[in-house]
Amino acid sequence: MDLQEYFKLVFSDYTLRTITIGTAILGAICGMLGSFAVLRKQSLLGDAISHASLPGIAIVFLITGTKDTNVLLFGALISGLLGAFWIRGIVKNTHLKTDTALGLILSVFFGFGMLLLTFIQKMPNANQSGLDKFLFGQAATLLIEDVWFMAIVTTVCLAVLLLFWKEFKLLLFDADYAKTLGFNIKFIDALITSFIVLAIVLGLQTVGVVLMSAMLLAPAAAARQWTNSLSTMVILAAVFGSLAGVIGTGISASQSNLSTGPVIVLVAAVFVVFSFVFSPSRGLLFRQIRFLKNRRDLKLHKTLSFMFDLVRTHEDKSHPHAVKILNNFQGYTRGTLKKLEEKEYIKIHGRMWSMTEKGYQFAGNLYNQNIENE
Amino acid sequence: MSSAQIEIQLIASLVAIACAIPGVFLVLRKMALISDAISHSILPGLVIGFFITHDLNSPLLILMGALSGILTVVLVEYIQKTKLVKEDTAIGLVFPALFSIGVLLIAKNANDVHLDVDAVLLGELAFAPFDRLLINGIDIGPKSLWIIGTILLITLGLLVAFFKELKVSTFDAGLSTALGFSPVVIHYGLMSVASITTVGAFDAVGAILVVALMIAPAATAYLLTNDLKKMLVFSVFFGMFSAISGYWMAHYLDASISGSMITVLGFVFFLVYLFAPNRGLFSVLYRNKQQQKEVQLLTFLLHLNNHTEKKERHLNHLNEHINWHKIKAKAVVDLAEKNNMIVIENQIISLTQKGKTFTEKAIDYIITNDDSEIESMKKDFFLFRG
Repeated sequence: MDLQEYFKLVFSDYTLRTITIGTAILGAICGMLGSFAVLRKQSLLGDAISHASLPGIAIVFLITGTKDTNVLLFGALISGLLGAFWIRGIVKNTHLKTDTALGLILSVFFGFGMLLLTFIQKMPNANQSGLDKFLFGQAATLLIEDVWFMAIVTTVCLAVLLLFWKEFKLLLFDADYAKTLGFNIKFIDALITSFIVLAIVLGLQTVGVVLMSAMLLAPAAAARQWTNSLSTMVILAAVFGSLAGVIGTGISASQSNLSTGPVIVLVAAVFVVFSFVFSPSRGLLFRQIRFLKNRRDLKLHKTLSFMFDLVRTHEDKSHPHAVKILNNFQGYTRGTLKKLEEKEYIKIHGRMWSMTEKGYQFAGNLYNQNIENE
Repeated sequence: MSSAQIEIQLIASLVAIACAIPGVFLVLRKMALISDAISHSILPGLVIGFFITHDLNSPLLILMGALSGILTVVLVEYIQKTKLVKEDTAIGLVFPALFSIGVLLIAKNANDVHLDVDAVLLGELAFAPFDRLLINGIDIGPKSLWIIGTILLITLGLLVAFFKELKVSTFDAGLSTALGFSPVVIHYGLMSVASITTVGAFDAVGAILVVALMIAPAATAYLLTNDLKKMLVFSVFFGMFSAISGYWMAHYLDASISGSMITVLGFVFFLVYLFAPNRGLFSVLYRNKQQQKEVQLLTFLLHLNNHTEKKERHLNHLNEHINWHKIKAKAVVDLAEKNNMIVIENQIISLTQKGKTFTEKAIDYIITNDDSEIESMKKDFFLFRG
């Protein structure tokens, strides 16, 4: 199946359509909430929470014996929240740092989850075969009900986000100010953390425990490069997220043997790399170009200032000098001379150059500025 | 105990020790999450190594795995240096991408191969004794025992040889540079050891357990001591304890050994987190409460010092003036009385000589705001703490 065929099938095939819509919605909600995680320096919280949700799934299965995804995900939600708030507790009450707390909760909860999973697998009446899918996710198991559920949760998230937009924004950028204004920081903080946990839990079925954090981070990190405004960033991240979802699903459906989760993550990673390199204001490419341009300008100014020193000693400002004189000076090339002539700072006649009135003014100011700066 | 059981416990203990040592430094250097990143991103290295040799037992696999672990560190640091995203985001971006590449490589090319993603993540210690190392046809023990034993020896050797350098560069990178040993070299040395340990350990215990074995013992030990040597000893002890008791727990539950080792580690951490002297949750909460009460006492005494009129010093007045509940007010007054700082006559409170001196000193303290002062003051004046 090639890509073209895939796009035809998206509109006719039930499974493919469900998966595509599902991953698109998932990408959108993850991008949206991921923006907050990234800006709050809580990027790896997502990783910790997604690992921490595993024992919840196993415990719910042990208690109820159900295979209903939504019930299992509820367990994941509880244990994810537990993990998130225990991390907060460790950081607040002990001198252990955030990274230690995250790594600790992540690995301990996951290990406990694995203990339970292997325990379940060896139980005699285990109809457990559905639990493994939460490790790496299986987009193919998405049902239309799941997609509806995701859509509803996304809508609720969006509504709350819009309702508390001002508070969220304030908390992000100036928590102390928010406190002095009388906002209940703890509540807003808990709200946003809970929503991040919710988004992660939603993604478990599709992308899996291990790769969920990238789903949260990558679109937001890519979006961050293109804008400095929070609202634009959230929207962009949502768009990037859904695009990554749709394209990833497309690629994985058109090739055999490619699981959806890793492909989506890789597509998102490509977005990130592209944004890192090509973003006009922050990107590496344009940063390098600006850097080179600045260096050229500096060289130009240096040459001009050297000429100015020379011209200053003569009464006639436009007195011609030999180009050869400049040989003592390291910074000049044929190119810089041409540039200076283009800007009408100097005139070149054969092997002689002379400074124009404009050039004299400019270089004089340049010189003054230098003195001022010193 | 059968010999296989002893061997499993031995391997588990060695892995725990080999992980605990670099783990201590990772935790102290606030780089705990790098171990998480490394443990995931060794996967593509392993897979590529496997494609080259087509042999799961080749040492090239360990080398490639370790290389891709170091590549992760380099990539993370490069992204951090560009300042395009915050530090932790860089980690979160790099390792899922590398891990995805690994997963896809396996899925795409190695369908019939014994390299399973689940196995990479979780490992299976129970099978470790069956994979024997044969030299000239003589069985000299399980292969993973030799691998992890070698790694542990190297780690221990490096630790002893570079202990001073590690210590200085961990706690004071500036001083270490000034003394002439480059923190960068030490940093990459540590990262290499962490990578190699991760690769060596993962096939016995799985990538996630490696993270737990690195971070959890060190974090637990850090709650108990501030001394680097003690911390190393404690983490090694916790690691070994969890390895052996985890094995027996798994034995009785008939579940994954690695999972139950982590569970024991988590449980130990939880206990220490709650009960550690000075740093545990309970002792922190108790201390906070004590300090709160002592600050209240100070406020109360300052109030008395400021007012000579009887009305202000009446016992009932406290409730309205400082806005305390009755119980709280009574507790504070009791504490002050027990410490001989006040006397109560006819419901009127007045400061004793001792109370006056204390208050004056307290005012001094408030003006200079020197933190060390207040504790010595409390020592001098308090018979009973809050």
